[in-house]
Amino acid sequence: MNNDTIAGIATALSESGIGIIRVSGDDAIKIVNSIFVNKKGEHTLASFSSHTIHYGFIVFDGQEIDEVMVSVMKAPNSFTKEDVVEINCHGGVFVCKSVLEAVLSSGARLCEPGEFTKRAFLNGRIDLSKAEAVMDVISSSNNSSLNNSLKHLNGNLYKKIKDLRDRLIYEIAFIESALDDPEHISLEGYPQELLEKCIEMKEETDRLKESFKTGKILKDGIDTVILGKPNVGKSSLLNMLSGEDRAIVTDIAGTTRDTIEERVILGDVVLNLTDTAGIRESEDLVENIGVNKAKDCAKKAELVLLIIDSTTEITDEDKEIIELVKDKKLIVLINKIDMPGIIRSEDVEKYLSGDYDIVEISAKEGTGIRELSQKIYNRFLSGSFKSDEEIVITNLRQAEELKTASDSLNNVTNSINMDLPEDFYSIDLMNAYAALGRIIGEDVDDDLVNEIFSKFCMGK
Amino acid sequence: MPDITRNEWKEEVDICVVGAGHAGCEAALACARLGFETVIFTVSIDSIALMPCNPNIGGSSKGHLVREVDALGGEMGKNIDKTFIQSKMLNVSKGPAVHSLRAQADKSEYSRSMRRILENTDHLTVKQAEVCKLLTEDSKVTGVVTNTGTTYMCKAVILCTGTYLKARCLCGESITYTGPSGLQAANSLSESLRENGIALRRFKTGTPARMDKRSIDFSKMEEQFGDERIIPFSFSTDPESIQKDQVSCWLTYTNEKTHEIIRANLDRSPIYAGIIEGTGPRYCPSIEDKVVKFAEKERHQVFIEPEGLYTNEMYVGGMSSSLPEDVQLKMYRTVPGLENCKIVRNAYAIEYDCLEPNQLLASLETKAIKGLFCAGQFNGSSGYEEAAAQGIIAGINASRKLQGKDPVILDRSQAYIGVLIDDLVTKENREPYRMMTSRAEYRLLLRQDNADLRLREIGHEVGLVSDEDYARTKRKEEEIAAEIERLKGITVGAGKNITEFLKKHDSTELHTGVSLADLLCRPELTYEMLKEIDPERPKLSSDVIEQVVISIKYEGYIERQKEQVRRFKKMEKRLIPDDIDYDDVSSLRIEARQRFKEFRPASVGQAFRISGINPADISVLLIYLTQKNHGKKEEE
Repeated sequence: MNNDTIAGIATALSESGIGIIRVSGDDAIKIVNSIFVNKKGEHTLASFSSHTIHYGFIVFDGQEIDEVMVSVMKAPNSFTKEDVVEINCHGGVFVCKSVLEAVLSSGARLCEPGEFTKRAFLNGRIDLSKAEAVMDVISSSNNSSLNNSLKHLNGNLYKKIKDLRDRLIYEIAFIESALDDPEHISLEGYPQELLEKCIEMKEETDRLKESFKTGKILKDGIDTVILGKPNVGKSSLLNMLSGEDRAIVTDIAGTTRDTIEERVILGDVVLNLTDTAGIRESEDLVENIGVNKAKDCAKKAELVLLIIDSTTEITDEDKEIIELVKDKKLIVLINKIDMPGIIRSEDVEKYLSGDYDIVEISAKEGTGIRELSQKIYNRFLSGSFKSDEEIVITNLRQAEELKTASDSLNNVTNSINMDLPEDFYSIDLMNAYAALGRIIGEDVDDDLVNEIFSKFCMGK
Repeated sequence: MPDITRNEWKEEVDICVVGAGHAGCEAALACARLGFETVIFTVSIDSIALMPCNPNIGGSSKGHLVREVDALGGEMGKNIDKTFIQSKMLNVSKGPAVHSLRAQADKSEYSRSMRRILENTDHLTVKQAEVCKLLTEDSKVTGVVTNTGTTYMCKAVILCTGTYLKARCLCGESITYTGPSGLQAANSLSESLRENGIALRRFKTGTPARMDKRSIDFSKMEEQFGDERIIPFSFSTDPESIQKDQVSCWLTYTNEKTHEIIRANLDRSPIYAGIIEGTGPRYCPSIEDKVVKFAEKERHQVFIEPEGLYTNEMYVGGMSSSLPEDVQLKMYRTVPGLENCKIVRNAYAIEYDCLEPNQLLASLETKAIKGLFCAGQFNGSSGYEEAAAQGIIAGINASRKLQGKDPVILDRSQAYIGVLIDDLVTKENREPYRMMTSRAEYRLLLRQDNADLRLREIGHEVGLVSDEDYARTKRKEEEIAAEIERLKGITVGAGKNITEFLKKHDSTELHTGVSLADLLCRPELTYEMLKEIDPERPKLSSDVIEQVVISIKYEGYIERQKEQVRRFKKMEKRLIPDDIDYDDVSSLRIEARQRFKEFRPASVGQAFRISGINPADISVLLIYLTQKNHGKKEEE
């Protein structure tokens, strides 16, 4: 394999205790060896055997950068199936970046997002479903989502699907062997037994399938719009959501040039704040863009954050906006509670109906934000997780395969209820088995390979 | 020392077929009928189309094979239609996919009738001789040499040696070096094949005893009758012409006493004593195997079947054995009705050389030697029908090779024959391969009743199906389509006569208009019943009606199975280039790489079915192929 050597920071960039710089490729050992010395100041990395860890220092340009532990994993027994060196340095953004720069200056190339995984995948180290989960990790941006993707990797989903498949194949095999050896294997009373098993398996499949709703929220976030009359504090809220709560804001260009989606992390949920480009300049959404545009934004949103100014009376404008969003999942934010106000929750409630929550906040001071985050979580995710072990599907393809499996099991129960002979059950049992297999890569689907290829931006 | 090389006689023909069993007969007939000068060799002219084991043709899934051979233009179906003495459609209580026809044959008549066909087929020469040597040049077949030293130069050879290569028969401590029924074994060809780089292995199979009818007490057994209305195997046979009186078979059971005797004497069974090196069939086990494997079973079925009308010999189905004669007598005599039985021929096991299957292409040509085709038990299968199915394909493909045409390769979604051959050439079969319903993934589409609709066209294109037979199938197809359309087009409402009709048949009343096809979908209603509310229906033959009913009643299932086939075909169409270098697929597991190198699969689909290959290997292969493709596109 002829691969250039890539390097990247494998841990999250933060002020945490340890940071890991991962280097992978044909020259990984050579490159790190050139900047790593042991206690005696010798460059000894090349002589280390695979899967060993060593103490020493990163020295570059005559400068000692950090005291480190370096582990060596030689091809093919590494994550990428290439030579891999991992430098465990002291955490901290500056140290990690300095070590990475030293590696890059010594001949490695900065990795693209997901490139380690891509190599692992292309080198046959991980199967398709794992590759898919890793892609989810790469694109996920908040804690729950990451945890969930990692659970997939750790095989919770795999185990669950495998269990379902084992049970299916047992039934398939039983029917088939009874067909071939009626003398020794009797199907007397079997349909009823199978019926119960199918109903049970369908329930489990459906539960997994339903978790996609949660999974989608975890992974893709909640489409949210902030509404309010001018000067009510929309910008402050935005700034606070992106700034005060240590959230990371990334700008993702939307489908049109004039729309920007702000991806904001609030505790365990991600909010996709749909905004017009001009929102920062002009707070006057209703005036400038018009009621129609606001209506349009509200229509698409899964969550509306409506801001009311607690220091002024409720105006017709407020009422107009309330009217606009009455069918939506709504959270009314009574803002500016840091100032002496004249409006409280009760005063707003009389205008509200349907599905709403009220939170009193001060966008300026950051008060009430935790409560807002909790309210959103309760609204969208509460009850979704029965335990930490709960598996959540985050991938549309997997959700579709689960639906196929569930429909197929339903077909089996129909066949049994219609008193069809046993050999008819196999077709749908097999379909369920295959669909589940495609989720965990036990049934190979060419389309999936192509899809993952396109995700990895192959074929440039 | 006599020297056969002094015989310098040389014949020149197109194709040599070695062996005149069920594979050889179909192969030779296909070649000769396609116009090639063909010689078929047999160690004994009297053993043409011999049935050395069970006296029947067809049965579960094997019946499908016979139908398919017939649809392609083979002889087996026609021959059994002429020589059967009992016929029965099996599994009629189950779905149409597993209905299977089985006929008891008059063994001697079957053999004689096939001999007559061979002897009267143009371009076909029947020759009694043992083929001892394969001649090749530059890895290409050039001819064969017989035991008498005569050379037959030819362009293709089809090996159908059955169980004859280095055969030895075992009956307890007694070992004889013969083929089945004491026929001469072929002891030289194996060596010649090995010299040509063909790898062989050893398999075993067995047969039960034959008994004197006069010594059996049938009053202690259940009589098994044939069907009242006999359905022919061949699509060309007129059903009216074969309705006749049938003989019965008989059912009895083994018991604990039988099993005790077997267990006590296992050390005298050549398999358990380790004398037999060959591996026997799991699905056609000897009674010893059954007693050992199903230790908890108190009894096993025993079918007593006549070997023919001309003889008193009765076949003891279900009790094949390689135990010594004294144990056999004791064992058989514990079975109700067999207390005083007299054995005419002892049960025995037979061991023989056969081919390592990874050496074959799906066309049944060997990868190593061009023009060398193989079929039947030599390829590691068991059963007459499996042999015939490979025989006709080998015959067709040897002929097409000479015609310069692409081989006919049926895939798993087209025919049981496709499943059979694909299994033989891609999977590691450690025992004689027997066709089974469960092996066919798409069996709802591969029914015995629609083999003509599936394969007649191919048979016609090949040249083995007459224009007349093909036209009949086309006509049938049109009639089926028209009738389905008609039934879907006629809407019936909640009228009084309909309501009464439904009531009469315990069927739910209608509230809106539905088509006759919708009504036919109801499990409680049949096509025959619907006649009452469908007075305008055309007069159709029973086989057309059968297809119409199956198509409508099981439409959803058929559609879903077709969807499975579409997925399957996608992987089959993902071809692997002939020149792929598996060493270049760097991340492939070493075992996977070895398997791929050994089998050199033609498609990703086939690659997946090779024993020992797992999904991850296929992912790696797919990724490699996709990368290669991307590379190619880039170059363009």
